Amino acid sequence: MKILICISKTPDTTSKISFKDNNTKFEESGVQWIINPYDEWYALVRAIELKEKNASVQLHLVTVGGTDCDPIIRKALALGGDEALRVNTTSDDSFYIAAQIAQIAKQGNYDLILTGKETIDYNSSSVAGMLAELLDLPYISLAAKLEINGNTAIVIREIEGGEETDEVSLPVVISCQKGVAEQRIPNMRGIMAARTKPLKVIEPAAIDALTNIVSYELPPPKAGVKLVSPDNVEELVRLLHEEAKVI
Amino acid sequence: MILVFIDHTDSAIKKSSYEVLSYGAALAQKMDTSVEGLILGTVNDDLSVLGCYGISKVHQVSNEILNQLDAQLYAKIIADAISALNAEIIIFSHNQTGKTVAPMVSARLKAGFVSGAVTLPDISKGFVVKKNVFSGKAFANVNIKSTIKIISLNANSFQVKKTEGVAVVEQLNISVDSPKIKITAVNKVKGEVPLTEAEIVVSGGRGLKGPENWKMIEDLAHVLHAATACSRPVADSGWRPHHEHVGQTGIQIAPNLYIAIGISGAIQHLAGVNRSKTIVVINKDPEAPFFKAADYGIVGDAFEIVPKLTEEIKKIKA
Repeated sequence: MKILICISKTPDTTSKISFKDNNTKFEESGVQWIINPYDEWYALVRAIELKEKNASVQLHLVTVGGTDCDPIIRKALALGGDEALRVNTTSDDSFYIAAQIAQIAKQGNYDLILTGKETIDYNSSSVAGMLAELLDLPYISLAAKLEINGNTAIVIREIEGGEETDEVSLPVVISCQKGVAEQRIPNMRGIMAARTKPLKVIEPAAIDALTNIVSYELPPPKAGVKLVSPDNVEELVRLLHEEAKVI
Repeated sequence: MILVFIDHTDSAIKKSSYEVLSYGAALAQKMDTSVEGLILGTVNDDLSVLGCYGISKVHQVSNEILNQLDAQLYAKIIADAISALNAEIIIFSHNQTGKTVAPMVSARLKAGFVSGAVTLPDISKGFVVKKNVFSGKAFANVNIKSTIKIISLNANSFQVKKTEGVAVVEQLNISVDSPKIKITAVNKVKGEVPLTEAEIVVSGGRGLKGPENWKMIEDLAHVLHAATACSRPVADSGWRPHHEHVGQTGIQIAPNLYIAIGISGAIQHLAGVNRSKTIVVINKDPEAPFFKAADYGIVGDAFEIVPKLTEEIKKIKA
């Protein structure tokens, strides 16, 4: 079985978010880059678990980005990917990214394509669905559990107010979230091995982006917390009722 | 024409659908165009009533296969409907269905897609949609360049507007393939308000000391008709089920009111809740970072404050 895991570089969860060039660009200086947590903790680790059960499983990684993605790809290889591909381009348009990955996926004949449920920077939850459509494959989103039984994927996915169990024949595209696997830390042997694992860089296909980011803005600062005395809980209720009008 | 996707579950239209209908109607007015609805599958509700949210027509593909979501099947039918009806703007809720289907429709039609919109588009210069990015820490203004445009609207981002009006319900004749995904089980938590749809959320953290102390959280949630939630350490310790975990790696929510009890407010937790309209923090530690993100706060012992709060709210609800 061949699994393609799509990974994305995102700012660390504790990064301070600011913008430059008249609020048109994300200020990258001082930012620590990580693998998007949904891609790493859930999609990648679950794929590694599947390989641990069956050594013939091949794990290919793909990312779309510049050379600054290489450290996070090496980390993903250290965790357990077999080889990686980087499409050498950047974009803030989900369709452009999905179409680049689709080019690679078409050549690779994958049985299973895994992504995180969204990235923590653009929060679009779009690439997986677009990729499935471009490949004409079924798509299961928001997986909280994933088992492979022969040629069938059995997925528990989140729905509003509960969960459902889906079964589908491979190949399939699945976006993963909490529950699918647990975060791991790469060990020294993995880190050493990752240095020599293949990381192929390919140039992007000609694809037109469908959207572009015009500008960014920060939310208006909070006015500051209004503290109420613990002996005066009725005052809090009054404020919520009359001032905030939320109860 | 603007086409609004109407989502439903258990034979009833979802609350978030009224928000997107109102959003679609407001956008149609702004752009001086018409707005219609699209529903796949069947519901018990009378669809003509949806006219009071500002739409003139509801197109229905009433095939019972569509009462369960198969994303690929949905995407094909919605794309066919868009083409048949000549719709130019399509609005989804940014909920589990919208997050799954809208990107597929986008790729199928090469229609630019902005997910998680928070306001009406700015049409003075192109078609610019404001959306949440960086997990609620910022917004991006995104221009859609394609002729057909798709938007998904964040929950609780647009006021539902109800007026007079009756919609014409028309059956849409689109062939429905058999689904590739087989849904073998559905488990819904009965009687609780779904977290992502809740207008009020009451959430507990490690400060509550143990799962046995959750009764007061549930009591407060009950009087407010709120959903309950928890922080990551609480879910990881097994005090509460994982589906209650809100935060960067859990569920992201944007209720009108979020009450955080015994939660310090780590940056990862804030990323899941900072889009809430009003945040109340109850914590005995005055240095808890959550107070910086809160609108209202009480520094004190949750075990004394929360039962009092429940009683006070009962009084005003009475």
